[in-house]
Amino acid sequence: MKVKVLCRNPDDYVRETTRDIQRVPRNYDPTLHPFEVPREYTRALNATKLERVFAKPFVASLDGHRDGISCITKHAKSLSTVISGACDGEVKLWNLPRQECLRTVQAHEGFVRGICSRFCGTSFFTVGDDKTIKQWNLEAPGYGVREEPINTILGKAVFTGIDHHQRESTFVTCGQTVDIWDEQRSSPIRSFSWGVDSFSCVRYNPVETELLASCASDRSIVLYDTRESAPLRKVIMQLRSNTLCWNPMEAYYFTCANEDYNLYTYDIRHLDVPVTVHMDHVSAVLDVDYSPTGREFVSASFDKTIRIFPKDKGHSREVYHTKRMQHVICVRWSADNKYVLSGSDEMNIRLWKANASEKLGLLSTREKAAAHYNKKLIEKFQHHPQVRRIARHRHLPGDILKQKREQREMKEARRRREQNVRKHSKPGSVPLLTEKEKHVAAVVE
Amino acid sequence: MAADEEELSINEQAISASEDEEGSDDERKHKKLLEAISSMGSRKRKKQNERSEASVQVSEFFVNAEGTGEKVNLSDLLGTVEKTSGASNKTKKQLRNLQSSKETLELPLNKQQTEKIQRGIAYEKTAAEVSCWRNIILQNQKAEQMVFPLNQESPGPKRVEQVVAGWKVQTPLEQEIFRLLHINSQPVDDPVLTPVEEQSLKAMSLEEAKIRRAELQKARALQSYYEAKAKREKKIKSKKYHKVQRKAKCKDFLKQFDEMVKTNPEGALEELKKMELSRMEERMSLKHQNSGKWAKSKAIMAKYDDSARKAMQEQLQMNKDLTQKIVVPSDDEHESNEEGLETIPDFVNDSEPVIDSVNPWMRGQLTHEEPEVSCVTTEDVQTAEEENEEEELVGEFERKRKLRQADEEDLIPTEEERKRAGLKKIQPASEVVEEDVVEVSDKEEEDDDDDDEEEEEEDVSEFNTLFRLMRSEKTLEGSNQTREGLNTPGQEDEEGLLNEGQIRVRNIEDLEVLGEFVDPQPIAEPSLPRTAAVEATSEPPYKKKREIDLKEVLTKEAKAVKVPFLPTVVDEEERDEQISIIKEAFAGDDVISDFIKDKSKLEAAGRPEVVDLTLPGWGEWGGVGLKPSRWKRKRERDEQISIIKEAFAGDDVISDFIKDKSKLEAAGRPEVVDLTLPGWGEWGGVGLKPSRWKRKRFRIKTAPPPPRQDQKLPDVIISENRNASVASHQVSQLPFPFQNTAQFESSIRTPIGPTWNTQSVVKNMTKPKVITKMGAIIEPMVKEDFIKNKTTTPGGKGPAIMLGENKRAKEGTKRSSEKHRGRRSQKRRK
Repeated sequence: MKVKVLCRNPDDYVRETTRDIQRVPRNYDPTLHPFEVPREYTRALNATKLERVFAKPFVASLDGHRDGISCITKHAKSLSTVISGACDGEVKLWNLPRQECLRTVQAHEGFVRGICSRFCGTSFFTVGDDKTIKQWNLEAPGYGVREEPINTILGKAVFTGIDHHQRESTFVTCGQTVDIWDEQRSSPIRSFSWGVDSFSCVRYNPVETELLASCASDRSIVLYDTRESAPLRKVIMQLRSNTLCWNPMEAYYFTCANEDYNLYTYDIRHLDVPVTVHMDHVSAVLDVDYSPTGREFVSASFDKTIRIFPKDKGHSREVYHTKRMQHVICVRWSADNKYVLSGSDEMNIRLWKANASEKLGLLSTREKAAAHYNKKLIEKFQHHPQVRRIARHRHLPGDILKQKREQREMKEARRRREQNVRKHSKPGSVPLLTEKEKHVAAVVE
Repeated sequence: MAADEEELSINEQAISASEDEEGSDDERKHKKLLEAISSMGSRKRKKQNERSEASVQVSEFFVNAEGTGEKVNLSDLLGTVEKTSGASNKTKKQLRNLQSSKETLELPLNKQQTEKIQRGIAYEKTAAEVSCWRNIILQNQKAEQMVFPLNQESPGPKRVEQVVAGWKVQTPLEQEIFRLLHINSQPVDDPVLTPVEEQSLKAMSLEEAKIRRAELQKARALQSYYEAKAKREKKIKSKKYHKVQRKAKCKDFLKQFDEMVKTNPEGALEELKKMELSRMEERMSLKHQNSGKWAKSKAIMAKYDDSARKAMQEQLQMNKDLTQKIVVPSDDEHESNEEGLETIPDFVNDSEPVIDSVNPWMRGQLTHEEPEVSCVTTEDVQTAEEENEEEELVGEFERKRKLRQADEEDLIPTEEERKRAGLKKIQPASEVVEEDVVEVSDKEEEDDDDDDEEEEEEDVSEFNTLFRLMRSEKTLEGSNQTREGLNTPGQEDEEGLLNEGQIRVRNIEDLEVLGEFVDPQPIAEPSLPRTAAVEATSEPPYKKKREIDLKEVLTKEAKAVKVPFLPTVVDEEERDEQISIIKEAFAGDDVISDFIKDKSKLEAAGRPEVVDLTLPGWGEWGGVGLKPSRWKRKRERDEQISIIKEAFAGDDVISDFIKDKSKLEAAGRPEVVDLTLPGWGEWGGVGLKPSRWKRKRFRIKTAPPPPRQDQKLPDVIISENRNASVASHQVSQLPFPFQNTAQFESSIRTPIGPTWNTQSVVKNMTKPKVITKMGAIIEPMVKEDFIKNKTTTPGGKGPAIMLGENKRAKEGTKRSSEKHRGRRSQKRRK
């Protein structure tokens, strides 16, 4: 006779360790769990609120410089090391986790205009107002040994920026011309000039490593290919671009920070119209840096704020500011996509979280799951007015808010005026221009 | 070059012409002029001749370079060329053409323009090169999840040689091990394969290996299918199915064995030996000898229990079967051919096992065969199928028959029966007929019994039975040869009539037919249950046989020849006797009415019952035999209604509702706007009304609103107003990526939380778009990793127009491309 016995599989109820929580079998019958949309909506609303509650992006401030920070660079191989240059010619190496200065070098007389670290992480280059390019060892000299550069190159004119090749021992500087240097030589191996007398920034493309882009003082952005004898193309905008940054994951996109408070993302194959215009700043944008994932970028502005933009969105998702932070001159996104570093006029380097409400450190799987769920909920209900309102809410300093309003009014007035002009002139004589088209003056071949 | 030469030649021509005309005069003037100029300067410039060209006039003080200023004239060349025979006509022609043509070269483009063109070309090239990223970029943008850093090493275990790369032998044990490895030519690190393995690899090409792999896969798949099939078949509980299977197997084996006898006699012998061995084993063991505990218990029960008796018989039968000696088939065949009748084995004559094995009389007759019985003149010719069944059952029946003696002792048949068995050895049919009546209805049961019997057979016995079947088949074949063309029953009958010979009844049907011949009465009597049973089995041909007109049959009856053990002919008296016996047997019980009762009972059981929820004794007198009153049931309903009525006694809900609804409707209706101004344009005063015209003109009726949603629903109010409190939480516009509201709604409707979904689903649905590894540096993309097949050869496709400045650039590109290549090769080496 067969005896039927109730039996259970131990896998269903035995915990792997005693620290595990008890397994609760669930019945997923939808009739037992009604009102799924309202319940999830409530959860989403709560998640949004909590996200705002926990949004505390400021991590640390590194003080020690005796003048405004003019440039920052990341160490190529170490996440914890950052090099910064100040307006008094001082260069400092910082240890981020310990929040302390490891080393101070009096690198230049006058400004340190640019710093870049070598791809191998053994040395770094600085350029300054004293018309020199100096290569420094990243390891500190022994006790009692004077800090001296490995190599010094005396240029003919002031260098305003420097960038190193991703894999080869060449670097590029800009000043009156864009020069490409070999590390072993004291004169540039190639110079590019195209009817301009000064450049403010030059950057190597991290993916297509032979490509270069520079911002010139004649409001233009010039593209180069180191394999070609001449520059490639030039796009002239309404106002000057201060800096630019290539997308590290998408070879043909770069974003430039413009004096007209906006940032522009360009596709180098179609320079006549920017892909996206990013606007939110209320003053000139001074620096921009992409996140290493290439999904977002951070911008520093003269309006004393830092903003984080998704690469394809017109408006920022985040704005960081503190009372004491003055004009932000330089900004960098850390190589692990977690932090943002900003250097400002008032001699401080600040460390921010890239995601304001993210919990730092190791997370348990349940914490992780909850975070993911909340994120997804917010994303799912992002179009609901209450959720959107809370998620978008940011506190802004009064003057920035005022300026913002002012600018909105100005913009509206300009729009109205244009409309009126169009209305009272011959049809077709005042063409309708999109926001993107407005800012490009010309593309020069 | 050609163009240059042309130019030169033109100039030269001009100069030479002037020289020819004016000669040395000019030269002198020129010298004077030069001297005058030189004297003008304060410093005296001394002209030095430089030695540069070989000339005709050679001075010992300096090298004269008189010919330096003059360039080679084209005509000079032509002159010499014309004379030399070696120069080809083509070059001569070209030179002549040059001389005659008077076109000038275009000026080269100015610097700005050339640069512009260069830039344009370079830009196009770069843009094209960069475009190769398009697919990757799009793919990454669309990807549901990106994991950074890209190109992470696989987390799985690494190959040994990767781990061991920088490791060195240190301890003596390790040294020993490595020595051993070395001796056996085992690979220590980088080459993973031993020389033997490498050789084997070389032996088989990739294609072959693939084919072989495919074959192996196929074989494996087939095997697994076969296994699955076998498993499935094994699980089937149907006995019939297994029976059929076994039969098929037997048949196969028989065929094989036959072939074996012909082709491979040794193999057949071996088979035979096997059978013999199994027989011996059976003989040695006490199995199936009714000596065990179970058998003893059954022996006690046997007196009273038919089934127990039967079981015991089966056991014994099995023993007999298994221990029966096997006769070599070939010998048998010959004998049967020669001696024919006598050598036909006993069981050939056996009838179908329709006859109950319990029935002692049946068995009794079978034993007392007489030599004449086996005389076969004609036989029924049956279809092959029937034959098969028969073959199988024949063996079985024989088994039963052989049990006879033991049975006689055990079963102790009644005195009468035994007597009858002794007396009517030749005409045993009467008992069989008696049996028959029951049999027809019990047919199915018997089948089952047969099945059971067969189930019990062991593997060992299979050989024996098979062998026996084989033999029987052969004999049958022999007999089939003798009888021919007797397929139709009519013919058979005819023949029967003609011959008046013996008919051998070989299966149930015949037997039944014969039974019917004998006594129609008992069949008619229990007609009701029997027809039902027959219908259930539904065998139309047999049924037809049964419906044969009795009288017709009876006419033939007299001529039917009796087979000794079968009820072919029964005397009238005997029939009467039998009827009386049957009547006697069923004297007490009214079988038909019983059956009807049973049936109605079953039907009643199948019908759905009315569920009665009344509580007897609840609210009334309790006790045995009391039923809840109908009144009670009715009252309950009334009570409920009254309760409801009581609850809503004061308020007239329905009329209230109707009022509300009408109010709402009225509110929704547009009002007439009265814009009349009394006294405007006419006399004013108390009690004066605006004129009709005015009223008509200035009372404005607005268009009626669309019909209400609840217009046709009398007991429903549907509010069409927006709920303001909810509105603040609602989405007012269709958000961007969605095409229509349905899409958006469905995206909202699907819950993603763990309350509604299983863990894995939640995990899948909430997975983040970007995953980064903590503490890992995310490097930018590396071109070589992503775009592998595209080799960048910028040197090859340089600009079409080559200018002096470009040389450097070209060098640069060469260098860089070399570097590229170097890096790539390094990577590969890794």
